Amino acid sequence: MNLHSELRQFRQQQQTRRVFLGHTAQGVGGFALASLLSSSLFAAEKKTSSSAKDKWPGVVRPLHHAAKAKRVIWLSMAGGPSHLETWDHKPKLATMHGQAMPESFTKGKQIAQLQGAKLNCFGPQLGFKKFGKGGAEICDLFQQIGSVSDEICFVRSMTTEAINHDPAHMFMNTGSQIAGRPSMGSWLTYGLGTEAEDLPGFVVLTSLGKGGQNQPIAARQWSAGFLPSRFQGVHLRGKGDPVMYLGSPAGVSREQQGDVVAAVNALNKKHDAIVDDPEIATRIAQYEMAFQMQASVPELMDAAKEPQKILELYGCKPGDGSFASNCLLARRLAQRGTRFIQLYHKDWDHHGGVKDGVTLKAAEIDRACMALITDLKQRDMLKDTIIVWAGEFGRTPMSQGGSGRDHHNAGFSIWLAGGGIKGGISYGATDELGYSAVENPTNVHDLHATMLHLLGIDHTRLSVKFQGLDVRLSGVEGAKLLKPILA
Amino acid sequence: MKPFLFLSVMFVCASPILAAPTLAPLPAKIDFNRDIRPVLSENCFACHGPDAKQVKAGLRLDQRESAIKAAKSGKIAIVPKQPTTSELVRRITTKDSDDLMPPPESHKKLGPREVALLQKWIEQGAEYQTHWAYQPLAKPAVPAGQNGVDFLVQQRLKAINLKPSPEADRRTLARRFWFDLVGLPPTPAEMEAFVSDKSPDAYAKLVERLLASPHYGERMAIGWLDVVRFADTIGYHSDTPRNVYPYRDYVIRAFNENKPFDQFTREQLAGDLLPNATIETRVGSAFNRLLLTTEEGGAQAKDYEARYLTDRVRAVGAVWLGQTIGCAQCHDHKFDPTTARDFYAMGAFFADIKEPIVGRREPGMIVPDAKGNAELARFDGEIARYQKELDGPQPAIEAAFAKWQEAASTSVQREGHWKPLAFAAVKSAGGAKLAIQPDGSVLASGKNPEKETYTVTVTNTVSGIIGVRFEALPDASLPASGPGRAPNGNFVLTEVIARVQSATGSARPVKFAAARATFEQTTFVEKNPYKIWAAASVIDDDAKGAQFGWAILPQAGRENYLLLELAEPLTTAAGDTLVIELKQNHDGKDHTLGRFRIAATADTVAARTIAPPAPPADIASILKIAPEKRAAAQQEKLFAHYKSFAPELVKLRQQIVVAKKARTDFEAKLPRCIVSESSPTPRTVRLLSRGNWMDDSGPLIEPALPAYLAVGAKQPADRRLNRLDLAEWIVARDNPLTARVFVNRLWRQFFGTGLSKVLDDLGAQGEPPPNAALLDWLAADFRDNGWDVKRLVRTIVTSQTYRQTSIASREMLVRDPENREHARQSRWRLDAELVRDNALAVSGLLVPKIGGPSVRPYQPDGYWENLNFPVRGYDASAGEDQYRRGLYTWWQRSFTHPSMLAFDAPTREECAADRARSNIPQQALVLLNDPSYVESARAFAVRIVKEGGNTTDARLAWAWKQAVARTPSAEELVTVRALFDKHLAQYKADTKAAEALLKAGVSPAPQAADIAELAAWTSVARVLLNLHETITRS
Repeated sequence: MNLHSELRQFRQQQQTRRVFLGHTAQGVGGFALASLLSSSLFAAEKKTSSSAKDKWPGVVRPLHHAAKAKRVIWLSMAGGPSHLETWDHKPKLATMHGQAMPESFTKGKQIAQLQGAKLNCFGPQLGFKKFGKGGAEICDLFQQIGSVSDEICFVRSMTTEAINHDPAHMFMNTGSQIAGRPSMGSWLTYGLGTEAEDLPGFVVLTSLGKGGQNQPIAARQWSAGFLPSRFQGVHLRGKGDPVMYLGSPAGVSREQQGDVVAAVNALNKKHDAIVDDPEIATRIAQYEMAFQMQASVPELMDAAKEPQKILELYGCKPGDGSFASNCLLARRLAQRGTRFIQLYHKDWDHHGGVKDGVTLKAAEIDRACMALITDLKQRDMLKDTIIVWAGEFGRTPMSQGGSGRDHHNAGFSIWLAGGGIKGGISYGATDELGYSAVENPTNVHDLHATMLHLLGIDHTRLSVKFQGLDVRLSGVEGAKLLKPILA
Repeated sequence: MKPFLFLSVMFVCASPILAAPTLAPLPAKIDFNRDIRPVLSENCFACHGPDAKQVKAGLRLDQRESAIKAAKSGKIAIVPKQPTTSELVRRITTKDSDDLMPPPESHKKLGPREVALLQKWIEQGAEYQTHWAYQPLAKPAVPAGQNGVDFLVQQRLKAINLKPSPEADRRTLARRFWFDLVGLPPTPAEMEAFVSDKSPDAYAKLVERLLASPHYGERMAIGWLDVVRFADTIGYHSDTPRNVYPYRDYVIRAFNENKPFDQFTREQLAGDLLPNATIETRVGSAFNRLLLTTEEGGAQAKDYEARYLTDRVRAVGAVWLGQTIGCAQCHDHKFDPTTARDFYAMGAFFADIKEPIVGRREPGMIVPDAKGNAELARFDGEIARYQKELDGPQPAIEAAFAKWQEAASTSVQREGHWKPLAFAAVKSAGGAKLAIQPDGSVLASGKNPEKETYTVTVTNTVSGIIGVRFEALPDASLPASGPGRAPNGNFVLTEVIARVQSATGSARPVKFAAARATFEQTTFVEKNPYKIWAAASVIDDDAKGAQFGWAILPQAGRENYLLLELAEPLTTAAGDTLVIELKQNHDGKDHTLGRFRIAATADTVAARTIAPPAPPADIASILKIAPEKRAAAQQEKLFAHYKSFAPELVKLRQQIVVAKKARTDFEAKLPRCIVSESSPTPRTVRLLSRGNWMDDSGPLIEPALPAYLAVGAKQPADRRLNRLDLAEWIVARDNPLTARVFVNRLWRQFFGTGLSKVLDDLGAQGEPPPNAALLDWLAADFRDNGWDVKRLVRTIVTSQTYRQTSIASREMLVRDPENREHARQSRWRLDAELVRDNALAVSGLLVPKIGGPSVRPYQPDGYWENLNFPVRGYDASAGEDQYRRGLYTWWQRSFTHPSMLAFDAPTREECAADRARSNIPQQALVLLNDPSYVESARAFAVRIVKEGGNTTDARLAWAWKQAVARTPSAEELVTVRALFDKHLAQYKADTKAAEALLKAGVSPAPQAADIAELAAWTSVARVLLNLHETITRS
């Protein structure tokens, strides 16, 4: 019994059956129905059905406008990196070092662990240097990132609503601090579908920092929320099965696993002939997909076959679970059509020892970030890949415990590159002490709206009805496009 | 949180018969609630609805009086019976994009049918109706003797010209009944009994049997646990555990005992406030504690107070009211008449709940079961018995008591000679924190250095003293209660050096002549030159070694003292200070003094006499009274005091200690549950402008019931309303929502979709039920019959409607694709928990135990690697707990069990009234590869070989019956037979592989004669457990 021929044969029969109301394998009950009822979806489905019948085509069809980018690689620097030791140089803060933070800066602002403490200025702990034609002034530990700074747009006026890790991640990923909203990767795969054949459209990779400040990250950060489960992020893990339950049971060969899947599908097909249940066709397709993933995911994860010079570029040893390895995997995923790739690198929570902490972090990420940009560029993929580097918030210009900085949400820095982003520039600024965003203040909704725009989506038009509301990634309060950062 | 979705593309088709919505004729009589409100709500209310701050042009379309009067522009939106003069009609039909409503930038657009509906409605007089769900609940008439479900469904089918489907076959029905009512498949024997029962009341009997099953409560609990967001962990950040599983068991029990739903409601909202509150009702009140909480450092209390308030309001909205009240956190509701004030007033009901806002949840109330209660009572009886004996007269010790009184009186007298030294300063050389206590003693805490010297300075006049007493005192804060800081409560005082220091700085030593102590330690003396931990070594100038001194083991927890007699009376001049150094240079680490007090005497006898420590002040004051003048009560108090340490009663006292400890130990093992406890000083609640918790300029808000729902529950005016008032209001007879919401949600369990399919929103943005009469009839019947849940379930499942086949004709699929009219049954994939239960049941591994701590099925290694504070590993349950039903799975909110998640179990971070039913590759991976299912297949294979007969075909047929309750077709047999034969040959050739497969799971690998055969049957079993039919309820 040959699984593949059997499945091929089944597909053909499936297409004949499709005549009845586009008997589609669209998935979830509600969605299958939605497609049945939507003539536009139905029409498009017919066009694409022969090549990829189980692939979710996305609801934004056609795109609202021409897209600059096709995919996103989001580098989440979890813990809240200090903007003052990375991308935002504040010489005035150095001269104020040790003096009381003027109350005019802090009044009415949220404070986390420094509640009730004396607020003293804490000068930048690391040196800064200008890089590239654009003259980006960044911390001199980030030489590699500096070397590609002309591809990068530094946004130095970022703000967020939350000031504790968990809600701040939620807000950054979903635009809401209430659990249960879809994260951006889910919105995008829902809106645009995925180009990946045998891989999920939304993938998450995590890595630990060596400094030990590894804040927890909940799976809700890549949850599909109220969108169907098929849009949830799949966590590719460094240890064990890269995708949970991916490995066949011990004592079962790939061929035997194929036999079992083929038998299940054959029996399901026979049963369908009696009960005529559209879910069965979907079930059969999902078994086929699962079986293919059992081969395609290990192939994806096997980065050891990359040429030596690529491994050197990233500075990683495949399988070491490092951020650099994950950057290389991100590129491999991007090549295979994954829509949204999110990397969490932890250990940025420098309540104490911010100088040593950021130094350690720079060693962990600097080369890898440069390599990702360089590698995508040499493959001509940078132009349609948005890279985002962002923490869930920044850190206070005030000292915590004499060597660290507390959580801070009134102004911090992120950067973007590729996919329609203007490189070699910076956007927005904080005040002279790095406390509040004062020039072009930017919020999370603006960032989301701008990214959606680059991906061909009008953020006001990608919405889903939930609890009576047209819920959008970019929120209902209004979001603005960051036009000056667009190429 | 996985409710059904409404894509914008399909919202144009709100009518239930959907196939060609734009073509369907308009109804003869336009019904506002069914036809108009959804259109207005979706397209117009955002700017012309209940949110007072957003109303544009002074026009509200949710209120007729506003809609039919001139707006700010002078134009009239709706002129009843005159569509052509109505501004609304002009604006929705104009070609001028500046005038067009809804405005293009809203991305809303009315379809031609909607426009036609609005026109026809205005033509017919533009009559408004109260929103359907707010209308008083009245019971539609149903002919006597008829099942209301059948009557009302068929009435509707007749009207839309659909015919009901025939009854499903008995095998299908049996699986349906079992899955829907108990969540488990019938055993083949149960199946046969039902199929062959030809009696007219076969269904009735079956239903009664299943309703009486203890598994009924488990099945019913699943949906309830979703909507109340029951989970084992707190949710935010560290997502640490909390003690809450007794609440889950309470829910199961409540359904099994058929607790009336109104009482169930009262107990959960206010089980602690009920006049006859019991442990049971208090456990119910754990409902109020199920929300997400945090322990994150740096979390601001006010921020989280606001989060908790909104979380609880959302919960009441989701669980009982079917209202998205949560939307009114920042502004008045856009679509429903809930105001922001209503929102905060609802939140204020919960402001009395005692809880840490940021931080670890308390261990919670002890929740003993009957056995535990009996055991506790036994301990209490034992303790009381001993105590009574101790408290009673003790003639045998009268003489000893008299002797003690004499000695103690002497002590009291002698104590008069002692004067406590008041310290000007106390210093630790080793860095310990020394604090002077109200009784003049010094208590050490903080750092406990290896070696230590305490230096005390005394400035008050001490001239003439001849003796110094160092009391080593126990204290609860010290290890083993002290008085030392070593883990065993010991200390070693190695040397005491005293000097008198004059104001000019000159100093002269104070010489000691003798040292005595109440007790000297005699153990661990091998290396000690004194062969005892002697008082004398304290004043020997360390002649025999600096590490030796005075110690007291085993008298930890007891008071002892050291008495130093001066060589000559001390003489001091004005301005002199006495400085005493207490050296503690023992080489055994940590042996420092934890609590001590120093007193001095000028009386030579006192300075030389070791007397029992003077009794406490209250006893001393009695002893000072002459015996014959003491009152009886005073004498009794003395006796009680004596009995508390009388050596003659040591055994009795020990018995009490042992019994009390046994009780405490037993109690520590009992389940605990965080429950509601009301604080007399509730937290302040303010109306937060735009939900901003940092803005405390808003008005103070007291608990109040939503104004828009005209429920006539009595409201006491003379006191603050509490949670019990809220509960009474929720279950008040005239609350139109509660019964509708519960019935609607329950309907989904039996038909796959709610009667109104938006289970958590019965407001304007929800869906008017296609068969409103049916929902109302069921809800009214439920409310009017004592909120009897089993009665409600019985009414539904004994209906003919429920028993129809789920196989749909093509016509039916076209005309009613979602099966909203119930001209047939529906089919759906089992809920996550039941997918698991079914596999365990079929394989024979299921342990059907009810309740208890949550269990841990196998989980992929490292799944919790992103949890921290603390880092957590995962130990899969051993023994029978590995094979428990899915609903007992440990519910870790931030990393919910992955096989549960794959099948759409919610994380329970938010209230989830509904679950999606997705169909994704992860489900295939779980059923194929999760060790739970591989082990089930293995165990199933063992059963097939053992119980399934002797031939391969017989076994296959037997296996089929177990898995899907039918016999396989010849074609099916061919497919599986081929697989079996192939794998049998392969495993025969590779027995190592067979062995590996058979090792799946923690249950012992079978000792089979033919492991290749068993492995091949495991392949077959895997196929059967993976079938769509196996995991489908049809």
